[in-house]
Amino acid sequence: MRKHFSAYIEKIAERDDIVFITGDLGYNALENLALKMGCRFINAGVAEQNMIGIAAGMASQGYQVICYSIAPFVVYRCLEQVRNDVCFHNMPVYIVGNGGGYGYGIMGASHHAIEDLAVLSGLPNMHCYVPAFIEDMNECLDEMFSARSPAYFRLGLGKNMPTYLSLKDYGAASVVNIQAELTIIAQSPVANNLVSALKDNPVMDKTEVFVLNKMPLQTLPAAVKASIARTKNVLTIEEHIAIGGLGSAVSLLANELSLPINKFISLHAEGYPGGLYGSQGYHQQLSGLDEGNISRIINSYFNLS
Amino acid sequence: MEHLKLQGKLRSRILGLHYKANSGHIGCSLSCIDIMISILKFKEPSDTFILSKGHAATALYAILNETGDIPGEALETFYKNATTLPAHPAPLKYGAIPFATGSLGHGLPLAAGIAKAKKLKPSQGISYVLMSDGETNEGTTWEAAHFAIAHKLDNLVVFIDKNGLQGYGNTADILGDTASAKVWEAIGFDVAEADGHDVSAMLAIKQKLTENKNGRPKLIIANTIKGKGIPYMENKMEWHYLPMSETQYHEAVKKIEADYNC
Repeated sequence: MRKHFSAYIEKIAERDDIVFITGDLGYNALENLALKMGCRFINAGVAEQNMIGIAAGMASQGYQVICYSIAPFVVYRCLEQVRNDVCFHNMPVYIVGNGGGYGYGIMGASHHAIEDLAVLSGLPNMHCYVPAFIEDMNECLDEMFSARSPAYFRLGLGKNMPTYLSLKDYGAASVVNIQAELTIIAQSPVANNLVSALKDNPVMDKTEVFVLNKMPLQTLPAAVKASIARTKNVLTIEEHIAIGGLGSAVSLLANELSLPINKFISLHAEGYPGGLYGSQGYHQQLSGLDEGNISRIINSYFNLS
Repeated sequence: MEHLKLQGKLRSRILGLHYKANSGHIGCSLSCIDIMISILKFKEPSDTFILSKGHAATALYAILNETGDIPGEALETFYKNATTLPAHPAPLKYGAIPFATGSLGHGLPLAAGIAKAKKLKPSQGISYVLMSDGETNEGTTWEAAHFAIAHKLDNLVVFIDKNGLQGYGNTADILGDTASAKVWEAIGFDVAEADGHDVSAMLAIKQKLTENKNGRPKLIIANTIKGKGIPYMENKMEWHYLPMSETQYHEAVKKIEADYNC
């Protein structure tokens, strides 16, 4: 997703109200952007708290400022700055975190961000964007720049949306699957594992799949609400811990609406059970977020083994 | 002593705010009100000011009431329910308070960001920030200082209210002197020291430094006394925290009236 993100920014790079600040990262990724933006491309060094303060200060003078780093560094390290300097003042500062979830794999836990949405999406004025596929990046980026509000943009593995699956989106859906017996709600590129799990699966036609790319989830989109009311079975999938993520938001909202639910399963990041490390795929598997386990869980709704 | 009356007037206003609210941070505001006079009473419209030591909010409120930026009716609501004036400055309430502060170490990066924006546009004006000496313990101080030096922000003017006391002891005993002129000069600031209660001296230094567009950010180390003006408060850490009793308040007011001709 980083390439696509970079290309998007390059297209708007001539706008003299846009500033890009990196926390000393960008090798083999941001060189073109740096050339295009000139003095509006700033390497703030290994100093994330200052980076956010500088961004807020610049934003107060009319700039829209992107702050880029590896996700955990630009979220946890400078959380107070994000909260007090950016969010309290509703500044157009956009925190862009590369490698959301277990994205940096074998690099280890210091490079992972599986609690980022819990930490950020409750902050005042904050909009978190969690695109799942390359196709929904532009919509998120367009909205981020036009909203001119604090934002967190979680970059992850960039793959194209599958054509064989009708993924309803982000609000009202025009096609309703009245045969559906299971509502699946996914977030972030781990949705690709869901997509693989459903491919060629005979029960695919009995599922209604939603991929939500914005947090906090203040209300259930009407189509999601209607689907849950119809199917009464919910599966949520996210590369984020249970606390403060998609599953917990959906269950709270569904309960507030008194939606009757027979079975609710949340697949989410389980941290580091066993204290061992590996690739992103390895960690997804340990959390049951791999294609195989997702298949098994889906089948369990239909009493299939 | 041309500014003496104003220094006294604002001290009385600060004492009044604290007494009515039964609130602390009195020593903190008295140590930096004179610094704020030298900045805010002589500010150009294109200048900005951030009070990084946000716990001196009553000093800020008192002087912004003087400049007309905070109306008297608002001042009456200080520390009360439904106020726009809590104990530390709040966000997005007054144009003259561009950023809420209260957690230390935020103001210098913000002020550096403003200075950087002014350089980039380019636009006029100085970006001022007032920190406390204890506050310079914060790591962001050094991140922002090096950023300012690297980006040649000679339109950034930092004041440090150096009263030698911090939250739970003397600065010398905790992390040592993180507001040392030698260190700041060595890393790349133009540094001057002043008596932080001599407004004329600070104005002269400020002018000299800001006229020197040599690419180096500016630091004025203002040597101050916590609780300045009230002998029973001066140099005492506890006057960071304590509110005044009725007797103490009246004694303080009398002393200010006598010493500051107001």
